[in-house]
Amino acid sequence: MLLIECPHCGPRDETEFHYGGQAGVAYPAGEVSDEEWAAYVFLRDNPKGWFRERWFHVHGCRTWFAVERHTVTHEIRTS
Amino acid sequence: MRFTFDGRELRGEPGDTLAAALLRNGVRVVGRSVELGRPRGIFAAGADEPNALVRVGADPMLAATTVELYDGLEAWSLRGKGRLDLDAVDERRYDKGYLHCDVLVVGGGPAGLAAAVAAGRAGARVILVDEQPRLGGDLLNSRVLLDGAPALDWVDGLDLPSRVLTRTTAVGYYDHNYVVAVERRERGERLWHLRARRVVLATGAHERSLAFPGNDRPGVMLASAARAYANRYGVPPGRRAVVLACADSGYEAARDLEAAGVDVAAIVDPRQEGLVPGTLAGQVVTGTTADAEGVLTGVYVGGGHSVGHSGGYGGGRGDQYIEADLLAVAGGWNPVVHLFSQSQGRVRFDDDLQAFVPDVSAQAERSAGACRGRYGTREAIADGYAAGTEAAALALGRTPDHEATAPETAPATADGWRVPECDERAPRAPAVLWQVEGRSGEPAFADLHRDVTVEDLARAAGTGMRSVEHVKRYTTAGTGADQGKTSGAVVVGVMSALLGAAPGQVGTTTFRPPYTPVSFATLAGRDRGALSDPVRTTAMHDVHVARGAVFENVGQWKRPRYFPVDGEPMEAAVPRECRAARTAVAAMDASTLGKIDLRGADAGEFLDRIYTNTFSTLAVGACRYGVMCRADGMVFDDGTTTRLAEDHFLMTTTTGNAAAVLDWLEEWRQTEWPELDVSFTSVTDHWATVAVVGPRARQVIAVVAPDALGLAFMRYTEADVLGVPGRVFRISFSGELAYEVNVPWAYGRALWEAVLDLGAVPYGTETMHVLRAEKGFAIVGQETDGTVTPQDLGMAWIVSPRKPDFVGKRSHARPDTARPGRKRLVGLLPDDPAALVEEGAQLVAGLREGVVPMLGHVTSSYAGAALGRTFALALAKGVAPGDRLRAVSGAVVHGVTVVDPVFYDKDNARRDGDPLEGSPAPYAGEVRAESPAAACAARFAAASGPAVRLREVAFEPMWEVRGADPGAGLRLGPSWWLVSGNITPQPGWVDVSGQRTILELAGPAAEDVLITGCPIDLHPSAFPGHAQTLLGKTSVILERRDPETCRLYVRSSFARYLAEWLLDALDAL
Ligand SMILES: [Zn+2]
Repeated sequence: MLLIECPHCGPRDETEFHYGGQAGVAYPAGEVSDEEWAAYVFLRDNPKGWFRERWFHVHGCRTWFAVERHTVTHEIRTS
Repeated sequence: MRFTFDGRELRGEPGDTLAAALLRNGVRVVGRSVELGRPRGIFAAGADEPNALVRVGADPMLAATTVELYDGLEAWSLRGKGRLDLDAVDERRYDKGYLHCDVLVVGGGPAGLAAAVAAGRAGARVILVDEQPRLGGDLLNSRVLLDGAPALDWVDGLDLPSRVLTRTTAVGYYDHNYVVAVERRERGERLWHLRARRVVLATGAHERSLAFPGNDRPGVMLASAARAYANRYGVPPGRRAVVLACADSGYEAARDLEAAGVDVAAIVDPRQEGLVPGTLAGQVVTGTTADAEGVLTGVYVGGGHSVGHSGGYGGGRGDQYIEADLLAVAGGWNPVVHLFSQSQGRVRFDDDLQAFVPDVSAQAERSAGACRGRYGTREAIADGYAAGTEAAALALGRTPDHEATAPETAPATADGWRVPECDERAPRAPAVLWQVEGRSGEPAFADLHRDVTVEDLARAAGTGMRSVEHVKRYTTAGTGADQGKTSGAVVVGVMSALLGAAPGQVGTTTFRPPYTPVSFATLAGRDRGALSDPVRTTAMHDVHVARGAVFENVGQWKRPRYFPVDGEPMEAAVPRECRAARTAVAAMDASTLGKIDLRGADAGEFLDRIYTNTFSTLAVGACRYGVMCRADGMVFDDGTTTRLAEDHFLMTTTTGNAAAVLDWLEEWRQTEWPELDVSFTSVTDHWATVAVVGPRARQVIAVVAPDALGLAFMRYTEADVLGVPGRVFRISFSGELAYEVNVPWAYGRALWEAVLDLGAVPYGTETMHVLRAEKGFAIVGQETDGTVTPQDLGMAWIVSPRKPDFVGKRSHARPDTARPGRKRLVGLLPDDPAALVEEGAQLVAGLREGVVPMLGHVTSSYAGAALGRTFALALAKGVAPGDRLRAVSGAVVHGVTVVDPVFYDKDNARRDGDPLEGSPAPYAGEVRAESPAAACAARFAAASGPAVRLREVAFEPMWEVRGADPGAGLRLGPSWWLVSGNITPQPGWVDVSGQRTILELAGPAAEDVLITGCPIDLHPSAFPGHAQTLLGKTSVILERRDPETCRLYVRSSFARYLAEWLLDALDAL
């Protein structure tokens, strides 16, 4: 059970959060090709190591925020 | 103390384990082995026991060495496998609890005790857990003197932290210093969830055996266990003993056994020098003999000759035979690195200790004492004190003083604490010996529990297996209930001999939680039966129950499916309810629909981006149906949204998706469009909703909400509802004249009762489904499954071609979503008008041999009351009205004809119903407010006492406030407050008085209740006074009013669940 630091509420158990996937995936602006749009909708990084990801404090302050988590050790650093 | 074993009446002493009591009664054979059925006796004295597994009452399998004896205990022997007694009644109350600390110390032996003392003296919040009924660890089993006095005197004099959990086994060490422990309480086990800034592992060491022929006979026992039975329980485990001392601890055992009156016939030491005169040095045990029952009668001892560099001896001809009924084996020590390894720490093989020890930590943890190979009592105490000092400093954000935290300097600590003097000798290096080949044909066991022999291991090596993980799976060594605690090192040692590799190269198998077996009942705790999942109820629930409604689960909600009259079946009730809605007036409890209050200057713009159609142009007072899609273009949810004011909308969602939609809105607002001025407040529970449906609905509305009589279709008005400020929407999901009447939660029951009193026939979800399906209205989650676009549903009209963008728009132009030939919503009429096609049935054009193309599937199927026949909705590709298909479900095949999906009232002629007849009399009934937990008041009072009092604080006015700080109330999040009490609300505050109720827990034991379900740290130093978090399985706002009074703000629909949960918690205290 991860302990996740909410920027508003402080450290809370993972069960209070919803996972939000990779952070920093921008909504495509303007005209985009089918491939670019499909990449936005369907493709995400899956690295072994540090990964910037979003969490939603659903049972707390309802804030979306991003952290960096190491996908092997689960070490978390706020970013 | 009286107890029975396999029905035999026996007597034990207080403080005995079941194993000690069995030995006290001379019981040598306690069970049979799992594969070979060999007689087995007690082998160990703790959690490492591989043999003495017994059934005790409702517990199918426990190690007798871990069961505390109690008067009346009934135990049965097993053959290595647990057995469930289906008739056993388990009245124990299992529970869980959450605790937080700066320093968690696991293990109450010399090292752990010293660590706890040190961390406490440094000012840290400390929790100490230990598996034994009393602290001391191995000191309980030994006769060691500390400062010249019995070691337990030293233990009793320690200044320990306030939170000491004895009889508590830490079973799992997970990410971020999350440790799970099981406390054995008389009234039932409690699962502790412990979160620590730093962890000190002081888990000690297990003694190991070695593989020699006949090493499994009852009477062969670990030397440390023999010593524990003699010293701690006063039970000499035999009359005449041979001690095999591969490590010096064997000599201690021999000394203590002699002191207990056991005749020690010989000490056998494989090393070249014995510690005491007469030792059979340079010799090993090469075999055993047994009596008819299989119990040990004698031991062969011989000089042997080396069969390999890494520790094997073969038996020789000149072996001597020594009569003995006890063989105490001191094979060496294995540090208990289970939790360390679970925490992802890396171990290494220490050649001096001949054991795996912790090497590199992965978490905020440090091992101390015997679990890292510091076996001596004094060095363990020094090591523990240093570890505790360091852990406290790191937990409290101080720089550790390296002088004070180095184990070598700790004996003279700066704060004056002194490590006691001890009468032990420093142990010599153990013998490098894992297996002995004897002359007898007796098997030499590596894993007693799984009956795995050296021969089995050799066979595994012979097949080419090199990895110990493969050997484990091939032989099952280490997979027993004891998880190989006594066998793991032996398997590695034997494998290293077989493979000619060092044990460090062979490595260990992965240590997985739990460290000791945990029952499912313990894991479930109180979350079972009615509390296994929250049940959400509406304000009208009790009336539905009283009326005999048959319920169905919709998400966590209980919704009436139908209301049988005089015991009629659903097949009769639903047509009757449908008829009322189509020809007269009927009513449904629609409170479960999600309701979201949207405010802000950009609310219209925001809705335009979320819905496929346009809302910014909606007139104030008008309602519009909307569909929202995910970014992939697939339908996510639908519902009506009403413009209450220029900058104020009310969105409704499907019952099951309410929370997901609110999360979805927050995601887009916060992560993509932070520039938009809009905020969302759930008011699902605040408003109780009654749908009044049917051509004669005006007869009811004229009484309950006369202000709304003139309402046009898809219009809304605020209205006086039975004297209460309410809201009325003219929305229809059936095609009939319909009003959705909303009042605050407290009046929901009164409104429902009034509507029924006025002649409306109550109907449930089944009738709602039939009515909407007859009109061809799709239901999200029934007609859609995440692969269906609005266009697929025949709703291209709701997808705005003019808006620059909305979520999912670009996906509707993707080649796959835009292609022709996708499945579309169609209607189906079965050939047999009485045949009900199964939902999920596959549609095919015809039946023939071989592969038949699947055209689609049936999504909804009902007996239509107004149609007088069965009908269905389906998703199908390449079909047109008039096509004949077959619907196949298993062996059942129905012929069906494709039709338009609107079956009833295609031109919407029924929408406006009948005009009002006459002037109905005002409602004469009582309109009484009722709070969500009102029905529990008497039970709250009955459960309250001096330790804790429970009550509902009902009807508290509450508002949610966004934007600027209102200067009052509880801050819930960034720019978000909950204001309560008798104050005048400011413009823009959202009335949520009915959204939540308050349950108040007060008294000295209030916190004891909260920690059984609330995962956050409630310590005054960490808890800010209030928080939004979880309690049990529901969200709450937790407010500490004073040190002994907590208020729980809970959603009204969850109030009954939380009330039951709290009553259960009080009962379990
Ligand atoms: Zn938060």
